[in-house]
Amino acid sequence: MSLENKQQQPPAGLNYDETKLTLGLPGSGSKRGFSETVDISFGSSSSSSSGAGVECCGQYSVVDGGDKTHKAPAAKAQLVGWPPVRVSRKNLMKSCKYVKVAVDGAPYLRKVDLEMYNSYQQLLGALEDMFSFLTIRNYLNESKLMDPANGVEYVPTYEDRDDDWMLVGDVPWKMFVETCKRLRLMKSSEAIGLAPRTPPQCTSTH
Amino acid sequence: MDSQRKKVLVQVLNLVTSPKDRSSVSLVCKDWYDVERHSRRHVFIGNCYSVSPEIVTLRFPNIRSVTLKGRPRFSDFNLVPPNWGGDVRPWLEVFAAEYPQLEELRLKRMTVSDESLEFLAASFAGFKALSLLSCDGFSTDGLEAIATDCKNLTELDIQENDIDDKSGDWLSCFPETFTSMEILNFSCLNSDVDFDALESLVSRCKSLKVLKVNKTVTLDQLRSLLTHAPQLLELGTGSFWQELTPSQHSELERVFSNCKNLYAVSGLWQATALYLPVLYPVCTNLTFLNLSYAATLQSWDLAKLVPYCPHLRRLWVLDTVEDQGLEAVGSNCPLLEELRVFPSSPDGDDIVDGVTGSGFVAVSNGCPRLRYVLYFCWQMTNAAVATVAQNCPDITHFRLCIMTPAKPDHLTGEPMDEAFGAVVKTCTKLERLSVSGLLTDLTFEYIGKYAKNLEYLSVAFAGDSDQGMQYVMNGCPKLKKLEIRDCPFGDAALLSGLEKYESMRSLWMSACLVTMNACRSLASKVPRLNVEVMKDDEIGDDSQADKVYVYRSIAGPRKDAPAFVLTF
Repeated sequence: MSLENKQQQPPAGLNYDETKLTLGLPGSGSKRGFSETVDISFGSSSSSSSGAGVECCGQYSVVDGGDKTHKAPAAKAQLVGWPPVRVSRKNLMKSCKYVKVAVDGAPYLRKVDLEMYNSYQQLLGALEDMFSFLTIRNYLNESKLMDPANGVEYVPTYEDRDDDWMLVGDVPWKMFVETCKRLRLMKSSEAIGLAPRTPPQCTSTH
Repeated sequence: MDSQRKKVLVQVLNLVTSPKDRSSVSLVCKDWYDVERHSRRHVFIGNCYSVSPEIVTLRFPNIRSVTLKGRPRFSDFNLVPPNWGGDVRPWLEVFAAEYPQLEELRLKRMTVSDESLEFLAASFAGFKALSLLSCDGFSTDGLEAIATDCKNLTELDIQENDIDDKSGDWLSCFPETFTSMEILNFSCLNSDVDFDALESLVSRCKSLKVLKVNKTVTLDQLRSLLTHAPQLLELGTGSFWQELTPSQHSELERVFSNCKNLYAVSGLWQATALYLPVLYPVCTNLTFLNLSYAATLQSWDLAKLVPYCPHLRRLWVLDTVEDQGLEAVGSNCPLLEELRVFPSSPDGDDIVDGVTGSGFVAVSNGCPRLRYVLYFCWQMTNAAVATVAQNCPDITHFRLCIMTPAKPDHLTGEPMDEAFGAVVKTCTKLERLSVSGLLTDLTFEYIGKYAKNLEYLSVAFAGDSDQGMQYVMNGCPKLKKLEIRDCPFGDAALLSGLEKYESMRSLWMSACLVTMNACRSLASKVPRLNVEVMKDDEIGDDSQADKVYVYRSIAGPRKDAPAFVLTF
């Protein structure tokens, strides 16, 4: 049976934690105890002193997660057939392209399915719907997202497959869909470090 | 028996449909056995290797409907290598000879080739209903044969199969003269179907009651389909997002409000707050809502929807609805009997909060009639589970999957023994139980002591010693199916069930501590058991039995076992 190991480097540039907005208390609720999966040994528990205490030669491979403060999914323990979700269900879910959207200053994350849209304009429209305090303003032939209440402008950025943070709109739409892993609407004032944009802007299609 | 009494008995037996009851009838005396076997129309075979097609057709000469199950359930999770078995072809060949009047075939976890489907379509002139769940081995070519040749088809239900989805052309193969479809479900197929062909099919099949399309069907196309089929009882939508004009949007609402008989809705891919409101007119009558593919639906979206669904009995969601979503369910759906929460990110690719004990408790507070629970989460507490059990003592199916293996109570760090102890003590009607989290032998002691109605137990990464499994084998009188993976249960545990396995359908043990010798010993001591071991080449120790599958059989060891299956 094939056993997979996965490794991911922490993103260069932006600190992953900054975009990780959750409803939990900071530092709480390790979502997946990678430390726990690494340390499985059966028969050991705080209350039992069983003689078996054996590590089963089970169908799993364990890769040391390294940094246990769990900044990023550095490595995964991949168990065959666990959790018990039918392969067909997993496949049906995978064939969409869901990415998380974080907005600086908003206390919640949303998810979008990039497969649903055909252009940057449509995506911006969806973001405007999702985050009700944002509206699209058109300057020259550029569309921007802003909060009219305080004039704060947001720049859509995304993390690509190489873990780099890029400005949304530079590459053809289809390429963007394929390489985008997560979205972040960054306040314009903070977007200075990113690669300067060449025109074509968000109004470009495909 | 005189013919008068026989007539009466036949009339009475026509009303007895449950296989268990018919089985009891057949044990009364020889005459009753005879009348029963001639009058039986449906046979349920829970394990295709427990009996042979010859034995079945010899005993029951007049069968019209067959349900047949093959692979062990853990094959759904890739724990059974391909080509293990469960081929339906030998069954079809015997049925073609003995049951030419066969009308219905329902298969689960069987291997079905395109040739088998062609053979089926050609062999049974009056064939009506085909249901394939979690099967493999066929492609959409096989479906073409069914569509072309089964002139009286009323049901085609294709669910969660591993098939070669070449194209949607099969749907176009239903002839223009074909009008008998009542149940059509192709929601798990990925290819585009010809929409005109689908629309025409839906229009001319006036008895269509259940329609579940796949996600390539758009919202606007759905609108069109529903105008032709307002009589639907169950609907599986396609993609539930599309840029619609205002008039298309209101037309969609109108069309839904015309579906007065709709009680079940599923599909709902990409459903968001934008279009869910078109369902509001049907929500009052909804008893089943399946949102488990609506991956962008979040807690507030669900919270807005459920107040419109006061009669909901069954709800399937993803853990993206989080605890807040479940709180809304608890507050608005007092009649809820079944809740299934699936994981949106089972492989842990995303950081997902998901649902916790808090959401679980919230639902149980508002839904005392809960009977069936499937709950995937990343953390749980003993206290939460105990509260759920207290609130919902009528639970018959309790399947809790804490996705991190062997995870202790999230608050106290203790094992989850007391959680499942509470369930088995309080929910006395419990029939099915799946356990997870950090568990010691104490959990199994509780199960053995209290779960007197338990028929189906699923265990993973749990227990301390053989004693754990022994508690269960000695204590659960109604146990039918036991599946165990990655537990420290060895030979003594396996052999403790010696007296029990013949009254069970099957036992699965993988990645435990069972040896080949123990398997041989079991097989020799209980001849009517098939004891099979699947060898995993990667694991070097030849004395260990990596995957053990034990089941009762009156057909003897199977003759079609592949090389990696050793039969003792």
